[in-house]
Amino acid sequence: MAAEKMPWRTARIGAIAPVTPRVKSFRFEGLEGRHRAGQHVEVRLTAPDGYSAQRSYSIASAPGDAAGLELMIEGLEEGEVSSYFAGIAEVGDEVELRGPIGGSFVWSPEDEGPVLLIGGGSGVVPLLSMLRARFSARSETPMLLIYSVRNAAEAIAREELQIRARDEPGFDLTLLTTREGATAGRRVDRVMIETALDHVGKPRHVFVCGSNGFVGSVSDLLVDASVKPSIIRTERFGG
Amino acid sequence: MVTRGFSGRPPAAEIAERLPPGQYLTDDFPVLQLGPTPRVTEETWSFTLRDGPKPLKRWTWSEFAKLPRTRWKGDIHCVTKWSKFDTAWAGVSVDDILSDAGVTAPTAFTLFEGFDDYTTNVPFADLTGGKAIVATSYEGKPIPPDHGGPARLLVPHLYFWKSPKWVKGLRFTRKDEGGFWELRGYHMYGDPWREQRFTGD
Ligand SMILES: Cc1cc2nc3c(=O)[nH]c(=O)nc-3n(C[C@H](O)[C@H](O)[C@H](O)COP(=O)(O)OP(=O)(O)OC[C@H]3O[C@@H](n4cnc5c(N)ncnc54)[C@H](O)[C@@H]3O)c2cc1C
Repeated sequence: MAAEKMPWRTARIGAIAPVTPRVKSFRFEGLEGRHRAGQHVEVRLTAPDGYSAQRSYSIASAPGDAAGLELMIEGLEEGEVSSYFAGIAEVGDEVELRGPIGGSFVWSPEDEGPVLLIGGGSGVVPLLSMLRARFSARSETPMLLIYSVRNAAEAIAREELQIRARDEPGFDLTLLTTREGATAGRRVDRVMIETALDHVGKPRHVFVCGSNGFVGSVSDLLVDASVKPSIIRTERFGG
Repeated sequence: MVTRGFSGRPPAAEIAERLPPGQYLTDDFPVLQLGPTPRVTEETWSFTLRDGPKPLKRWTWSEFAKLPRTRWKGDIHCVTKWSKFDTAWAGVSVDDILSDAGVTAPTAFTLFEGFDDYTTNVPFADLTGGKAIVATSYEGKPIPPDHGGPARLLVPHLYFWKSPKWVKGLRFTRKDEGGFWELRGYHMYGDPWREQRFTGD
């Protein structure tokens, strides 16, 4: 049986919005994304001489979001693809996308919980999709997000997360600013993980996403805190 | 389709010719795995060769260290798009593992298993003739745990998810059985030069 090839599709940028000083949101019209929260898409950009570059971006929107598939991309200086999104892309421009991709770092409301989410920097993007999926399904699965950022201004969707934590039963947020305020100098540590585990209950699923170093140290802390390795799912964005 | 305003940063010709389609060159060594790094040491590591469920031979770390060593240096390609050039590994070739066990391949298909219960399938033809080693050193040193130490498989002509970390065994299977990623939309074979990333590519 010849399996069908996952096609590249031309996708038009329908809306662009700033999310933080370094991150922008891109909505692609007409793509609702029949994805599972946590999955990513591949993006391909092509130069006039035929040279092309591909990168992976997590889907921020909930599955089926009528406003269109949303990506949140952090502009890295010298970043080949992200600097295009940060500085050049405009509403109406078209890029190529394919996906959704990924069958491990995924959560759907029927997977239930409790769920512990731990994100660093832009690593919160696939976790945001999970929270949005939870809300769309009116799920009350216990979920706790530990979100580590350098300072509050760099927190993606900070207001949305705070409103969800206030209004949505069973969801709690721990926002850690590592270079600002009372928690300056602190990292996600053993105490924070143990407090979160006490609060959310014995987790059924744990998702950790962020830079390589962040994911490595957080998943070690989780194993030290006796969380079963098989329920811990990780996604590393690089760096 | 040309992307308005994108020129990119095409690599120099001598780099481009070593890069499979869609890949870019990196100097670091990114880490890719499903979950936490399992805690495996030389004391707890062992490698088991099986025909289906039946064990054919098992080696502890010190037994494995007595097998002939094979070195390999070259380029590796990860399905997440990075490629790394001139990586140097040493370990025991799959050929030498089989000959130490005194067996010939009972089937044409294999499944590798890691200590994290990760699995991946590789046809036997892609393992024999010096094409694959169970590596125990990287750049002349023990392999760091994040990169699969104490031992990982190395099948460098396929995408790197086919080279499982913390490898604990090789099992011959009757037919070609998908492993962890292959059952989740990734390609059964995974040739980077044919850009076989996902099912159907
Ligand atoms: C599954 C997955 C999901 C992801 N999801 C997201 C997401 O939701 N949002 C997001 O923002 N990112 C995400 N990423 C990361 C993303 O795929 C890219 O890696 C990221 O955008 C950087 O790509 P780039 O082309 O801009 O940078 P690259 O050109 O690949 O460069 C990477 C880094 O190297 C530096 N660099 C490159 N070239 C040079 C040079 N010549 N000199 C000095 N420094 C240099 C850049 O500054 C940058 O920091 C995800 C990654 C994965 C694997």
